[in-house]
Amino acid sequence: MHELLTPKSGEKHLLLGNEAIVRGALEGNVRFVAAYPGTPSSEIIDRFYQIGPDAGVYVEYSVNEKISVETAGAAAVSGVRSLCSMKHVGLNVAADAFMTLAYVGVKAGMVMVVADDPSLHSSQNEQDNRYYAKMGNVPMLEPTTPEEARKMTLEALKISETFQIPCMLRTTTRVNHCRGPVTLGDLPTDAPSGEFKKDPFNLVVIPMVGRKLRLALLEKVAKLQEEADRSPFNFTEGQGKWGIITSGVSYLYVKDAVRDLGIEDKVKILKLGFTFPHPKGLIRNFLEGLDKLLVVEELEPFLEEAVRMTAQEAGLPVEVAGKGAQLIPRAFELDAVKVKRALQSFFGVSYEPPQVFAVPQLPMRPPNLCPGCPHRATYYSVKKVFGEDAIYPSDIGCYTLGVLPPLKMADFLICMGSGVSSSGGFSKVLDQPVVSFIGDSTFFHSGITGLVNAVSHDHRFLLVIMDNGTTAMTGHQPHPGIELTPQGKITPKVSLENLVRGCGVERVFTVNPLQVQKTQDVLQNLRESMKEPGVSVLISKSPCPLYENRMLHKKTKVVFQVDASSCDLCKRCLTELGCPAFVWERSASGQECIRINESLCSGCSVCSQICKSIKPKRVGEGKGGNE
Amino acid sequence: MTQAKEAFKAMRIFFTGVGGQGTLLATRLVGEAALEEGLSVAMSEIHGMAQRGGVVESSVVVGDVFSPTIPDGEADILMAFEPLEAVRALPKCNPKTMVISSTIPLVPFTVATGQSTYPDVEELRKMTEEKVGRLLWVDAMALAKQAGSDRASNIVMVGILAGTGCLPISKQSWQGALKKILPGRILEVNRKAFELGFKAGEESGK
Repeated sequence: MHELLTPKSGEKHLLLGNEAIVRGALEGNVRFVAAYPGTPSSEIIDRFYQIGPDAGVYVEYSVNEKISVETAGAAAVSGVRSLCSMKHVGLNVAADAFMTLAYVGVKAGMVMVVADDPSLHSSQNEQDNRYYAKMGNVPMLEPTTPEEARKMTLEALKISETFQIPCMLRTTTRVNHCRGPVTLGDLPTDAPSGEFKKDPFNLVVIPMVGRKLRLALLEKVAKLQEEADRSPFNFTEGQGKWGIITSGVSYLYVKDAVRDLGIEDKVKILKLGFTFPHPKGLIRNFLEGLDKLLVVEELEPFLEEAVRMTAQEAGLPVEVAGKGAQLIPRAFELDAVKVKRALQSFFGVSYEPPQVFAVPQLPMRPPNLCPGCPHRATYYSVKKVFGEDAIYPSDIGCYTLGVLPPLKMADFLICMGSGVSSSGGFSKVLDQPVVSFIGDSTFFHSGITGLVNAVSHDHRFLLVIMDNGTTAMTGHQPHPGIELTPQGKITPKVSLENLVRGCGVERVFTVNPLQVQKTQDVLQNLRESMKEPGVSVLISKSPCPLYENRMLHKKTKVVFQVDASSCDLCKRCLTELGCPAFVWERSASGQECIRINESLCSGCSVCSQICKSIKPKRVGEGKGGNE
Repeated sequence: MTQAKEAFKAMRIFFTGVGGQGTLLATRLVGEAALEEGLSVAMSEIHGMAQRGGVVESSVVVGDVFSPTIPDGEADILMAFEPLEAVRALPKCNPKTMVISSTIPLVPFTVATGQSTYPDVEELRKMTEEKVGRLLWVDAMALAKQAGSDRASNIVMVGILAGTGCLPISKQSWQGALKKILPGRILEVNRKAFELGFKAGEESGK
């Protein structure tokens, strides 16, 4: 049985914040889960996918976040508790549904987990999604630890159901990917069945309905504000004339900082967990009698603005600070040292920050496309045919790593699906050829609409759909076009090629990028045909080798070797292909050579097709280790 | 001698390695053992982008500490699964830090293509040793091979940490954690790897 389905309450398990959210949702009787994966939120939907059948929970990998909010919203409107999860930028995609679902509301509890990524560990920006709660007038909870994530998921469901509005559970990477002890609660046994009561004048947002719902929403927010004032997730600690208001993981940094500085007897802390609507009454009471107050939060001055407003409204003379002036930085994650420095400066306490060792310049270790990755082969061939001058818009996925040398095959990227749509724009204002890259999962997520737009406006570019049969970057999640499952090969539910043709594209070709010459021949023809206006599509199809190995337990039978006697050290393998299995070496006598690391080589054979000095070698059983 | 639980206050352990080395599994093992022992524990991991051959960093804090992450200068222990990464993580250390580092280089791609040069491993050792409190510079790969799998270096490293006795975690709790997080088919090899590491860790203090 999966750890998350342990029926015994009271047991302590070391869970990721994301797993604790799953457990909380199970304890809260969530029966419908929908999400598109996105780091740092992915493990939520992944764990649900693993346990869904055993837990009696319907689980779907929706094609994008907007759809996950809409499907999960429908379940909750029908009286079935639901959850959807996404990374911060996912809510941008889902924002349209989010903003109006808040008006329409829900009947059963619905929790929307939204995971922010301060420090951009795996994201394109650092946006603070707490403002979405404020903009949407949606209640929001912010957990600090995995244990609190479990409890708050339960509470979010309760709030949502009581106030008939979706509730946002806003996390950050250090909550999602922190592991800590979680005490399990009881799992329910009853499974509610859905029931939909027709009520179009509350559920169909034509303007007259929307106007009424807008007023009802504002009333809900007023009541939620009282709820926030009463929430046990908002509490005070300590005594003193100095105050700190904080939330999320920042609370932990504050706790360490206050103790390390030895100012426990001087500082009063207000730890906020229910952060929207702002618990204004609580904040006002907290501010009374304080001399100075520091707001410690990551990213934007979200709480700070509320605190300043509350102080102004109440006419309190307390000195409030937070972002700016060498105090709490607005960019990137906080840590205990940053907080100690801020406390030192604001409260005037003594602190000797640690001396940090300097490190000499070291070779960089950037992430890289794996050995045998078919994307590398695609990039290689496209570059051979289209050269350095073409514009290469890219998209979001493993293949974005193609931006790095030596491939350097990404020129523009803003968000999921932007590769397709921006290519249309480039093609209308530039004379150079435009070749756009998008992965299969991203294409389903938000590439299709861009393609339809491009076809209808005669944009002139080549779209390369890099179809590796999975959502590789976030951990190999399925999507509508997959052919490979744990059970073996299947016919995909949605055929990419038919879909592309259905969008009106006439020049559609499918190649296996591991067949280098054939791929380049097709690309050459496409290049010729691009003299005519219109969109061409190349589906470059070959499975992600990591995924294929995991699913089919495929063993490497052949590895490749450089024949030193015929190698002329042209280094094209390094400077053009850049497979990480290749190693450039200089012997003690100063002689150069190029070698292939056999334990890294996946046997894709691409290098041997571009260099005659690279030869195959059969390997025995056992390559690949024990995991 | 394992540190007495009563006297133990807190320990911040920073892990660094290269994607694919099992850094996160090792991190998890330390966390589970601490939990098994009844110590307070929090861990932080970074998933996603970092794992495609890039640097993987994680942390475990045991005892009376709240923050799950470790600021520069505040690591009590640095566990480095690769010598170059040990030096890259030196800003996390202070003059009292104990560093346990594997000596076997994994050449970064930038070096493999000749864009930069991998520093001399002996130089890396010196650079580390002169800054930190104590350095255990171990060929974990050799011990892993001896245990039966070169992929078990990560568990050897945790064994070394356990063997030094700087955490108040009993042998029994370590073994319980191993059993809990490793699938049956690879448990035996990893137990051996842990034991070999443990012995090396114990001997390092003699």
